[in-house]
Amino acid sequence: MAGMGAFVAQYDNNRGPDQQGTPGFMGSNLFFKGHQTLKEQLQSMKDKEMLEAMRKIVEMVAKGQDVSDLFPDVVKAVVSKSTEVKKLVYMYLVRYAEEQQDLALLSISTFQKGLKDPNQLIRASALRVLSSIRVQMIVPIMMLAIKDSVSDLSPYVRKTAAHAIPKLYSLDPDQGEQLIDVVEKLLQDKTTLVAGSAVMAFEQLCPSRIDLIHKNYRRLCAIVADIDEWGQCAVINMLTRYARTQFVDPNRKTEEKDSDEETSEDSEDSEENFMNSLQSGPIDAVDPDLRLLLQACRPLLQSRNSAVVMQVAQLFYHCAPEGEIVHVVKALIRLLKSKRETQVIVLTNITTMSAKYRKLFELHMKSFFVNASDPTNVRLLKLEILTNIATETNISVLLREFQTYVYSSDKEFAAATVHAIGRCAAEISEVTDVCMHGLMNLISTKDDTVVGESVIVIKKLLQMQASDKSGIIKRMTRLLTTVTVPLARASILWLVGEYVEKVPKLAPDVLRKMAKSFADEEDIVKLQILNLAAKAWIVNNKKITLLVPYILAQAKYDLNYDIRDRERFIRKVLCPNSENPSPLEKYAKKFFMTSKPPPNLRSTFKNRDEYQLGSLSHMLNSNAIGYQPLPSFPEVAPDSSVRTVVDTSWAAQARESRSSSASATNHKTKGFYSSEGDTDEEDSDEEDSDSEDEESDSEEESDEESDEESDEDSSEEEDSNEEESDKEEDESSDEDSSSEEEVVKKPPPKTKTSKKAKPAATATLLDFDEPSAPPNVTAPTVPQSSVTLDELLGDFGTMSVDPASSGPNYSLDSVRVTHDLLHRMSGGGLAVQYSFPRSGTISGAVPISLVLNNTTDQPITDVKVDDIDLKGGVEFSGFDSIPMISPGQSTQVGININFNDTLQPAKFTLCSSKGRFPCKIQPPVGELLSPFVVIESDFDSMKGKLSGMHEVTGECGNCGKDPGTISQLVSETAATSICFSAETNCLKFASKTAAQEKTLLITLNVGEIIKISVNSEAVVLGSMILKDIIKVIEA
Amino acid sequence: MLINSIFFINHSGDIFLEKHWRSIVSRSVCDQFFDAQTKAPTPEDVPPIITTNKNYLISIYREKIYLVAVTQMEVQPLFVIEFMHRVMDTFTEYFDECTESAIKDNIIVVYQLLEEMLDNGFPLATELNILTELIKPPTIINKAVSMVTGKEGVSSVLPGSQLSNVPWRRQGVKYANNEAYFDCIEDVDAIIDASGTVVSAEIHGNINCNVHLSGMPDLSMSFINPRLLDDVSFHPCVRLKRWENEKILSFVPPDGCFVLMSYHISTQNQVAIPVYVRAMINFKDGMGKVDITVGPKQTLGKTVDNVVITVPMPKEVTGCSMTTSVGTYTFDPVSKQLRWDIGKIQPLKVPTMRGSCTLPAGAQCKDAHPTIHVDFKIMQLAVSGLKVNRLDMFNENYKPFKGVKYITKAGNFQVRT
Repeated sequence: MAGMGAFVAQYDNNRGPDQQGTPGFMGSNLFFKGHQTLKEQLQSMKDKEMLEAMRKIVEMVAKGQDVSDLFPDVVKAVVSKSTEVKKLVYMYLVRYAEEQQDLALLSISTFQKGLKDPNQLIRASALRVLSSIRVQMIVPIMMLAIKDSVSDLSPYVRKTAAHAIPKLYSLDPDQGEQLIDVVEKLLQDKTTLVAGSAVMAFEQLCPSRIDLIHKNYRRLCAIVADIDEWGQCAVINMLTRYARTQFVDPNRKTEEKDSDEETSEDSEDSEENFMNSLQSGPIDAVDPDLRLLLQACRPLLQSRNSAVVMQVAQLFYHCAPEGEIVHVVKALIRLLKSKRETQVIVLTNITTMSAKYRKLFELHMKSFFVNASDPTNVRLLKLEILTNIATETNISVLLREFQTYVYSSDKEFAAATVHAIGRCAAEISEVTDVCMHGLMNLISTKDDTVVGESVIVIKKLLQMQASDKSGIIKRMTRLLTTVTVPLARASILWLVGEYVEKVPKLAPDVLRKMAKSFADEEDIVKLQILNLAAKAWIVNNKKITLLVPYILAQAKYDLNYDIRDRERFIRKVLCPNSENPSPLEKYAKKFFMTSKPPPNLRSTFKNRDEYQLGSLSHMLNSNAIGYQPLPSFPEVAPDSSVRTVVDTSWAAQARESRSSSASATNHKTKGFYSSEGDTDEEDSDEEDSDSEDEESDSEEESDEESDEESDEDSSEEEDSNEEESDKEEDESSDEDSSSEEEVVKKPPPKTKTSKKAKPAATATLLDFDEPSAPPNVTAPTVPQSSVTLDELLGDFGTMSVDPASSGPNYSLDSVRVTHDLLHRMSGGGLAVQYSFPRSGTISGAVPISLVLNNTTDQPITDVKVDDIDLKGGVEFSGFDSIPMISPGQSTQVGININFNDTLQPAKFTLCSSKGRFPCKIQPPVGELLSPFVVIESDFDSMKGKLSGMHEVTGECGNCGKDPGTISQLVSETAATSICFSAETNCLKFASKTAAQEKTLLITLNVGEIIKISVNSEAVVLGSMILKDIIKVIEA
Repeated sequence: MLINSIFFINHSGDIFLEKHWRSIVSRSVCDQFFDAQTKAPTPEDVPPIITTNKNYLISIYREKIYLVAVTQMEVQPLFVIEFMHRVMDTFTEYFDECTESAIKDNIIVVYQLLEEMLDNGFPLATELNILTELIKPPTIINKAVSMVTGKEGVSSVLPGSQLSNVPWRRQGVKYANNEAYFDCIEDVDAIIDASGTVVSAEIHGNINCNVHLSGMPDLSMSFINPRLLDDVSFHPCVRLKRWENEKILSFVPPDGCFVLMSYHISTQNQVAIPVYVRAMINFKDGMGKVDITVGPKQTLGKTVDNVVITVPMPKEVTGCSMTTSVGTYTFDPVSKQLRWDIGKIQPLKVPTMRGSCTLPAGAQCKDAHPTIHVDFKIMQLAVSGLKVNRLDMFNENYKPFKGVKYITKAGNFQVRT
């Protein structure tokens, strides 16, 4: 059992310090005495005494001393009221419980009690300790505690529960099945605090149960930016594996697409051909879900945590289309400037990347130049990278750089540089001669290692080259007198032998010299002398009739049996002195003079990417324990509808947890889109560009919402698939009819319409085969959707995201309802919408974000604000004029309007090349506020000051809404921030008016009837907000 | 991603602290680490990852302490390294320094911190402000308070920020003097070859903040030339979206010191080199000749301070005799380092150092090309040209005191000869 092994280790460990004589162990007597006092202090049951004793004990534990004999006394101290004593006792218990199982059981009831404590910190730490006590007997108790804690109201406790899962699993693997259910539940947890730990537990427990991820995939992508940095590492790692199992290789598709494009170019006008190409290769080969993941992770390259950056880098390397890997380069280079240890690991990973994608780091070549202060391992890695990225264009700079490295006092590095020069010479034919010349020069230096390495490299290069070698070989033979490195000498001899036909006069001469020194040579050199002798004999034995037998005779009595062996072999084949020729002699040439394949000078990192980048196994270049190889992409993507979430409950969560509100706004915007779609459909036939915009718009939308899809869309998707297969020949008409169907199906405006319009859009996104996109306009769709995603992600990054609160999840932040400022019909093709992003407030003003969309097919130029007509102290700060909006593009600008806490509309004129259009922005009353974070006690005291005439109250019926939904509705209605309340069923929101910064507090008592009170100096605003809130709750 | 244990090891190879988060790992696992440590020529050369037959040891070296993490299965090495550095950062914040003696003096706090930071080998709470609320730093005031009132250094309630959406900021912060200081520190890494050509030059900058503001201030900082910053990393408090759209740093700052942003200006951009160095070092006929001149260049009128030139001589050199126009020189015969301390470069006096080094008879080091390392510091200059335009505070009413400081330093600034 595992416990036993650990116990032995424990025992060893305890002995260690004694032998080392750690201070505190002066003599057994003193030692005993020390413990005696500690025991007394513990038994005193006085907090101060116990604290002092426990501090001493834990100090000894920290130093690795054995204090296990105090266990009985420490266990008793677990009931202490003092938090610090308790915590110290916990630490002690966890350390020794395994060896004192029976006594440890005494403390269990305390933890069980702790699990029920109203204080979440105590609940969490009780669970932590309980699960850390490795005693088999309490497995059922642990199981129960974990199950309870998973549904605890406090996310902190739930996080602890996630951590407890692998603990229990390692203690008793039989619990795996039950724990998987628990993990499944945790994976669905809505708070970001829990998500990272839940994924970590998943990775430890059941990493292969990819099916548990499907439903959570899109949500995890959406919130990954908000998870804490350590959780991000776990999540991205897991999602990388997920992506490798669920999506087809994006690069494979790209190739197909390329070829398709070529064919379509060949017959440009052929509509049919184009349609075919559309069908066979989607426009964007990347699965939209994979795209979602990549988009979500990309901003994390700006994380301060190098592990996160590395994880994103490996995700892109393993899962992104080739063209996008470049995004990670800068971030990785930045990491090189951080800690030394980080540098080594990042360099190793870059080396692997550069071995596969040479171009990737080419621009950053200079970042890999070696510094004099780099340790050797860093230098070697940098050298490897530089060699990997060498091309015709940068080779001259590189060689100049290598030149300085060759003279480095670090010999290992200098030799590696020579090797690198050789590799460059072999790979880039333009510089082969230059390199060769350089290497020849190096041979004449005084440094043995460099010379030796040069000779070896030259030998390899010569083998690869077909050109005339005699000159170089002659020069090298001269070196035999000076070079001492055995491998280098052997290499020279081998060269002379190999090309003996080219230098027939040289060989006997060399052989003569070597015959003299034969006895003193190293073994490898001796073998090469024998080889040379044999080869020279075969070519021309006239001049060496005496020399060869002499060498063979020396070899015959050599100490090394390899050499004697070789000698015997050569003698039998060649029979130099015997009269009767050996039957083997005619084969001699075949034995010795075969052409040999040139050696391959290649990066040793070439195939290292079979290990996942960033992993320990990759660093070690071998399988680490517990390493899970990255699966290769499937040939055919598994059904993508599994990721579609059937019940919409989490969509609501996502809506809350994301600051961007797109989903929440959906109701209204969708109405907008669909109603416009209605009118559009009629004239879309000639207005190609228009419908294109429509298309991209709705796609954009749906991209944001794709996570929110309901079952409807999956059925819709199937629909479109069917349609496709049915009517493949006539795609365009099909498109029309399908969209017409859509129109027919749509019940007239408002909420229901919106529901309908969305699936159509999603279908296009999820399934690119959907032919609705008109020809030659499809390209912009992806970038556009990515823009919005970026926005989204940007929002995730802000702090206003996911207040991991106790109880249901509340949202602090903005809900961006889009309003129409200028319809495209009345704006001459310029459609302007505005929304309240609720972020980036400049004092007093309400920030408003305008999206200007050019729906025409010509650029709209010089868009600016003019003729501002303001009343009642309203102030307006506009945007700089926009020089141009290209057709089909949209631009986002921010303006700030100080409404001075009134509902006065801000009127102004929007000028563009299309004319002047009057506009008006009237803010909903809830947007005149700015959220303001307070703690509950402050909230209550402020509320106390704002009673009487500053208070307006009202009530409304509760039609079965839970506090979570209500809180969300309130924060959608008014820009407030929730103040976490200890009271159940009481929701508190705080905000200030934007201009005059008057406090406005909203309190809701949720029961059968919801009682609402709004306290504010701005009584008018208060009462209006009250009305609005009642309206949305009752709606 | 599981860290089994962490051992703290000092320079002489003693384990002075150990903490286990799962089953106890015997100290003997560190033996292989000690082997590597003795083999390495300098402490920095110890490989960060060592494999033993059952365990993997991942180590960092900082402040003359090795932290060795033991893990028994596949992990992301950077994850462990980053975490251990975070541990050391936390200790530095707690004890002002993170030396062996500081850790030994505060062993209980250290142990409690480690317990909070890692649960079952997975990070739990690493945000400094949460930790400081859970476990009080052993400042003199805190110690005095606990002596008098008997209050403990450990909180019994979960810090609110653990659950808030701004986990890096403590709630209810109050200061009598509200101040926010920003230090924009740039390190220039450069390689200059013998002819004076810049082979590569990069700038690595940090904006370090020291913020003491009451309440929940919402700051936004804008730059005159944000285009410079194309490769940045941020503290989690920065709103990425705002940066992407408007190039404005908008954030609710943590309380106290933190690094707001790091940026990297790579070799592709033109980097101004603030000093020039002309060096001649050659060895001939058993003698070495040295001639080095240093001067300011592209400093926008700011004085270059703390200039130190270090030349690692070949190991054959036994002594140096130099004459310097400014500053003093020393030669360490053990490390073979010639160090020339110039200090401030006065505008009219060009610092030069000339002289010769002695070689033992017969020693040849013709091929020696020592690389000169240059150190300097320029106050009130950010060599990249980065400038803070303005800093605004929202959400609070008081007027804070604001200050921005620029410093340019030599990072890895070397001149080849």
